[in-house]
Amino acid sequence: MDQSFHAMGERRRNIVLSLCLAGLLLACCGYLQANKYEYNYAISIIERSLIYAVVAVSMNLVNGFTGLFSLGQAGFMAIGAYVTAILTIPTANRPSVYYISGIHPWIENLHAPALLALILGGLAAAACAALIGIPVLRLKSDYLAIATLGFAEIIRALIAAPMMDRITNGSYGLKSIPGFSSIFQVLALAACSIGLMVLLINSSYGRMFKAIREDEIAAEAMGINLFRTKELSFVISSFFAGISGGMLAMFMRSIDSKTFQVSLTYDILLIVVIGGIGSVTGSVLGAFLVTAGREILRFFDEPFFLGGVQVPLFRPGFRMVIFSLLLMIVVLFYSKGLMGTNEFSWNSICRFFGRKERKKQEGRVPHDGAK
Amino acid sequence: MLRIENLKVNYGGIEAVKGISFEVPERSIVTLIGANGAGKSSTLRTIAGLVKAREGHIYFDDEDISSMPARKRVEKGITLCPEGRRVFPDMTVLENIRIGAYLRKDDLTKDIQAVYKLFPRLEERHWQLAGTLSGGEQQMLAVARGLMSSPRIMMLDEPSLGLAPIVVQEIFGTIRRINQERGTTILLIEQNANMALKIASHAYVMETGRIVMSGSGSELLENEEIRAAYLGKRKH
Repeated sequence: MDQSFHAMGERRRNIVLSLCLAGLLLACCGYLQANKYEYNYAISIIERSLIYAVVAVSMNLVNGFTGLFSLGQAGFMAIGAYVTAILTIPTANRPSVYYISGIHPWIENLHAPALLALILGGLAAAACAALIGIPVLRLKSDYLAIATLGFAEIIRALIAAPMMDRITNGSYGLKSIPGFSSIFQVLALAACSIGLMVLLINSSYGRMFKAIREDEIAAEAMGINLFRTKELSFVISSFFAGISGGMLAMFMRSIDSKTFQVSLTYDILLIVVIGGIGSVTGSVLGAFLVTAGREILRFFDEPFFLGGVQVPLFRPGFRMVIFSLLLMIVVLFYSKGLMGTNEFSWNSICRFFGRKERKKQEGRVPHDGAK
Repeated sequence: MLRIENLKVNYGGIEAVKGISFEVPERSIVTLIGANGAGKSSTLRTIAGLVKAREGHIYFDDEDISSMPARKRVEKGITLCPEGRRVFPDMTVLENIRIGAYLRKDDLTKDIQAVYKLFPRLEERHWQLAGTLSGGEQQMLAVARGLMSSPRIMMLDEPSLGLAPIVVQEIFGTIRRINQERGTTILLIEQNANMALKIASHAYVMETGRIVMSGSGSELLENEEIRAAYLGKRKH
């Protein structure tokens, strides 16, 4: 009885703390948005981080929670990005975008509002995932990784192929994509996407995903349909990868097939690994650290003078050396990523500070038990 | 209840089971004993649907289930507790228990209470990650997880593997209780022939893919050859 009362009090405290944190973050974003010309740079870093957070969580859903080593994320992002871009470029601007080979009559007047275009982009990516999942998900570990990696490259090659010129504008890419008007749009989209994935992970489907990750044979013996469950995880992950691809297109406002090279997948994988494979909050944290870290380290690229002498190492490209060193340190000391498989919770934070408090209060009479 | 006819299974390129037939009557405890590589595990995995039979038939309530996928067999009431426990190590004890009932849509609280009554230790540790449990507790969890699908026949693959003798006794006691109190049919395979034969109503001895002997548990316990081969007792 006492315990349940305590738990209820904890829950109320957690809700209050969460609301405070959310309010604080919203206020910060509001401030940045109000002075957006001054903080242009910070806003763009936050927006990019949010977009990467969505795709990192989607990758974590497949790699971390279901245990499928898939490296096709860039391919699904590309599908989402191109669908979104083709549907949202204003019809008036299209002749100037497709000025080389002209536009295909099918898509000439096809136009959709941004939100609908994003969802259609996600659905297109999900449909592709469902198709390629049928053969590919029968493979295991490294073989699955190679197959999905190959698929992502095929998508990229198809987009850049001359036959697709009149739809994807081939290697010239697409531009004049309408962007986001405020940081809140990105924030809302990212929060919705990540929230939906968290709901999924905490549902009985999430338990099935984890069971497959831990032990396929035992999972099958429990009556879990391995293939269908893997396919479900793969398709949902690709849907959100498609959405984040669309968001990336709107954020960058111009895309071409080179945007979605394998290195993009590796970037996302890096975020997932740094944050913790199997932790949603880890992926979000990782997205911000990796994206912001790269930018903040930029001063390493600029010439640096110490006592009138130019330090030779400080030249363009040096920040990536430092960045890689930092990554190595993180991986060495946090081999399971910053969060491991844990999630952020107020309880663990309070326990952390509570321990310090208790040490201070040692010797005093505990009075919370007496009530 | 369960009838196996001329079952042949290939496993890893070799013929692991070379045409065996046996029967498991309702509410009984039947055991398959035999040395390593006799084909016991392959037999259970085939009955569970994890491995495909090359030849032969499996009948459950006189229905041929030989080509049914594993999940359909679980739905019908056949559950396997696989060898080496295979609990989900990074999930909590309670999550493990819930996964066992994943095919069921009804309310689980009663069943969870029932398995907690059977294994009070699991209730104490319901929030703990399964990987941090001791070997014996993991075996209990594996049995509890299997029970959550409310099986009519439960197949146990070497539940005594790697456990201390006292824990083995406890586990076997529980298996007997499950059989008596719930009326669950048990098909047990064991290398620990002594324990298995003591609780079994009927037993089959497997050697290199074939059944070489059968009889009631007590009959085989008395049998000279069995005593010499599996119980480590010399012929007088």
